[in-house]
Amino acid sequence: MKGAWALLRRDIVLSWREGGTIGTALGFYLVVVAITPLGLGPDLNLLSRIAPGVLWVALLLASLLSADRIFHNDYEDGALDVLATGPLPLELVAALKSLAHWVTTGIPLALLAPVLGLLLNLPIDAYPLLVLAMLAGMPAVSFVAAIGASLTLGLRRSGVLLALLVLPLYVPVLIFGVATVSAASVGLASPWPPFLILCALSLASIVLAPIAAAAALRTALR
Amino acid sequence: MPQTASLAAHEISCQRGGRLLFADLSFALGPGEGLLVTGPNGAGKTSLLRIIAGLLPLHAGRIEGGDESVPLPELYHYVGHLNGIKSALTLRENADFWVDFLEGDSSGVEEAFKRFGLIELEDLPAGLLSAGQKRKLALTRLFAAKRPIWLLDEPSVSLDTASVKVLDEAIAQHLAQGGVAVVASHTPLKVKFAHELKLKLEPLP
Repeated sequence: MKGAWALLRRDIVLSWREGGTIGTALGFYLVVVAITPLGLGPDLNLLSRIAPGVLWVALLLASLLSADRIFHNDYEDGALDVLATGPLPLELVAALKSLAHWVTTGIPLALLAPVLGLLLNLPIDAYPLLVLAMLAGMPAVSFVAAIGASLTLGLRRSGVLLALLVLPLYVPVLIFGVATVSAASVGLASPWPPFLILCALSLASIVLAPIAAAAALRTALR
Repeated sequence: MPQTASLAAHEISCQRGGRLLFADLSFALGPGEGLLVTGPNGAGKTSLLRIIAGLLPLHAGRIEGGDESVPLPELYHYVGHLNGIKSALTLRENADFWVDFLEGDSSGVEEAFKRFGLIELEDLPAGLLSAGQKRKLALTRLFAAKRPIWLLDEPSVSLDTASVKVLDEAIAQHLAQGGVAVVASHTPLKVKFAHELKLKLEPLP
């Protein structure tokens, strides 16, 4: 337990100190959402209709920016050998590192989303559910990203390949995430059924993704 | 945690990239015995250590560590070529992480910091250290948690003579306490190793 907490704390401290991770993701998210209205023109009705989709797509892309770092630095400097030969199972190590990615990327991005919702004229009523849905859906994003990060370990310019591998797996998260926010902003249907499916997707990823990631890590260490 | 241990390999072989590095290798180390692995570059020293550490798959044969049929991670330390140090953390934070992660205690680290002369530097980010100092920091991991089996891959690389002496003493002390050490090294160490294994470079087929 002490070891697990130490690893989680170390990863959060490192992503803060090494810099670039949180700042780049937030900046990217801001820029992508900010230029969308410039491309579409000042039609407020259109913007508020597409806002949930734009916010979610940009969120997925922004979170992928730092995804290749989940294991890469530890692999480069040999710390992964230590983690792999420690008392914690490699599955738990992968899960903790994915959790650290959620804390350092998923939570800040989800908290920034309402500010960006303003730029897209998203109805104010939808903000609480927007943040809630993103907080609930981002574990799925971080844990699935860890599979891609472990599969592309040791490759040059792995970021693009990682995006190609992982983005198709995000389709369910995208569909139910957008459905939740749309339902909340239009108000015709209840947002809770898609929200609960989103939670289920996250829970399933938390259980299953570390097993796949650990298997890929074992191959990468050979 | 038992502080004495044994380590044995029975006819193990290693294949890398379709090439046989070594075959039918056997050794048996009792408590307090060390094994020095020598051989030219590419002979398979690192592969042997990584196989024992469970990082590489065993092609054939079997390895026994302690009373178990497989060496448990809780039984050994592996210090490889890469130091596994986080540049953005201070020396103290690096060491504290190992203590917590490996479920050891910090008194050993304190002692190792003093022995290696790292105690004045403990609040510096590890990225500022020289290559030799980084190596010494990596070696303090051996003291962050007590493990009866040490697997050291070129531990003396970039160390100065005084530090090599400290390393020598540390290995000797570990063996005297009933530990086991497998050391791959090109530079001669003063420790008396009970066994020596000379790996040969197998000709390409």
